[in-house]
Amino acid sequence: MSLSATASAPAVKGRSLWDDARRRLLRNRAAVASVAALALLVAAAAVGPYLVPFTYDQVNKADVWLPPLTGGHLLGTDALGRDLLARLLTGLRVSLAIGLVATLVSLVIGVAWGATAGYVGGKLDEAMMRIVDVLYSLPFIFFVILLMVTFGSNIVLIFVAIGAVEWLTMSRIVRGQTLTLKNKEFVEAARAAGLGRTAIVARHIVPNLLGPVVVYVTLTIPAVILAESFLSFLGLGVQPPMASLGVLIAGGASDMELAPWLLVFPSLVMVVTLMCFNFIGDGLRDAIDPKDR
Amino acid sequence: MLRYIGRRLLVAIPTLFLVITAAFFMMRAAPGSPFDSDRKLLPEIEANVLAQYGMNKPLGQQYVDYLAGVAKGDLGPSLKYRDKSVLDILNENYPVSLKLGLSAILIASIVGVSLGVIAALRQNRMADNVVMAVAILGVCIPTFVTAPLLVLVIASKLGWLPTAGWNDGALANLVLPVTVLALPQIAIISRLTRAGMIEVLSANYIRTARAKGLPESLIVRKHALRAAILPLVSYLGPACAGLITGSLVVEKIFNLPGLGKFFVISALQRDYTVVMGMVIFYAALILVLNLLADLLYAVLDPRVRLA
Repeated sequence: MSLSATASAPAVKGRSLWDDARRRLLRNRAAVASVAALALLVAAAAVGPYLVPFTYDQVNKADVWLPPLTGGHLLGTDALGRDLLARLLTGLRVSLAIGLVATLVSLVIGVAWGATAGYVGGKLDEAMMRIVDVLYSLPFIFFVILLMVTFGSNIVLIFVAIGAVEWLTMSRIVRGQTLTLKNKEFVEAARAAGLGRTAIVARHIVPNLLGPVVVYVTLTIPAVILAESFLSFLGLGVQPPMASLGVLIAGGASDMELAPWLLVFPSLVMVVTLMCFNFIGDGLRDAIDPKDR
Repeated sequence: MLRYIGRRLLVAIPTLFLVITAAFFMMRAAPGSPFDSDRKLLPEIEANVLAQYGMNKPLGQQYVDYLAGVAKGDLGPSLKYRDKSVLDILNENYPVSLKLGLSAILIASIVGVSLGVIAALRQNRMADNVVMAVAILGVCIPTFVTAPLLVLVIASKLGWLPTAGWNDGALANLVLPVTVLALPQIAIISRLTRAGMIEVLSANYIRTARAKGLPESLIVRKHALRAAILPLVSYLGPACAGLITGSLVVEKIFNLPGLGKFFVISALQRDYTVVMGMVIFYAALILVLNLLADLLYAVLDPRVRLA
């Protein structure tokens, strides 16, 4: 994790803020267990599809609707005889990838927007945050749906569409932090040394935003995974035969009378994944910003 | 107060205008047309149909015409549902969505606030831990997982409630959809209430109230609760947006004749006017709800002055 990497970096012995944060995080059992569980899930998503003797789109007309643990299929098969385990691992991989990339998109937009508004201030700040307010008050899911309808559901667009929705909160958090940072002595020193605005924002403001941003990122990833599944459930996200957790749950829901395992296993994986991210996010928040305790 | 409301409504107009503009051009940029069908229309017929709906004019002109219509309260005819105007469709179907949404938010508020208060009063004890664990679960289990699972167990296997359908809003048909919609909101509301309550209970004026010898139940109900639910009020706007999103799924799963169903179908069928009508309807709804939330905030917190 990036947090521990940052924490072990300083050469001088002593307890930095990051050391304290790590200590607090390690004491949080739910967060530590979630990190372990999430590591397992990520590993499974990364290498799992190569270890299962079936592929996610391998149709087998002889083995349809097999319940779990029969015919060499650990989690059973679906209406086309496709192996659920293979589809689940691939789906998890797709969902995690979308979660990461879309969060990255929201991170870049949100940090750039918030830091600029906060640091420049004045009329520009007012105008930029006014735009955020307006966007906040829109039924955003409609625009995502319109986007998918307009440009067709391809995976890159899903990244961009969801990322473009999720940056709003990020920009607010970043702006708030920037406002408190910009009057600190080290920024003043940088200004006195003759650094330009862009350089100050990029080199001095943004790195110091790391704490709250890391926390919000861990909470954005599950939100993005949810949003993608939601779109897939409505038939607008990832398109079959490709799998995502949302696609699998949607398929499982329509076949649940006949084959409940098709609904239960994907739901379980989805819930566990989301819980891990939420516990880690909460744990990081408590560790980095202990005033709530 | 009235001036404040008036000004907020004025500010809402440019926002709505933006929404309409963005939705209009996005919808029109989509390939395909509402009149595409399996059988190809003769070019003359197609031209006639287009002319009838004013769609043979340049896009800019259509946009201006549409805005003029909206300003007069006319959202146009549906392009897919013959003989129905967009207003007809909205009128026929919004009561279902409204009943669902209002029941869900009401139940979520009552249950969520109660759970949050209990958790705060028993902080770090059994009841608190149970409530917070349930809250985390509630946030993490998406609507489209709870809905089919509940249908599978309670409706299909146990047969206690109908699996789907509206049945004129009979109570038995409402229970499952409303529960599914309310669950994530209960989770969020109870967390917000707990956090607010814990903060308020350590405030000076609560200590004063205790020092006066007021009974604890009165302190909680009259003094603390009012301040503790303030964050909740500002959550009202996002909550309603969440309910709208949720109802898209819930209406689909339970096959309810609400608005949510129309949005996705109409967008896919390129029924421009219906999609636009729904975007306007929901955007206006959210704007009004945000205004109501701000007004309620001022009522609950005497320090806030609306100017």
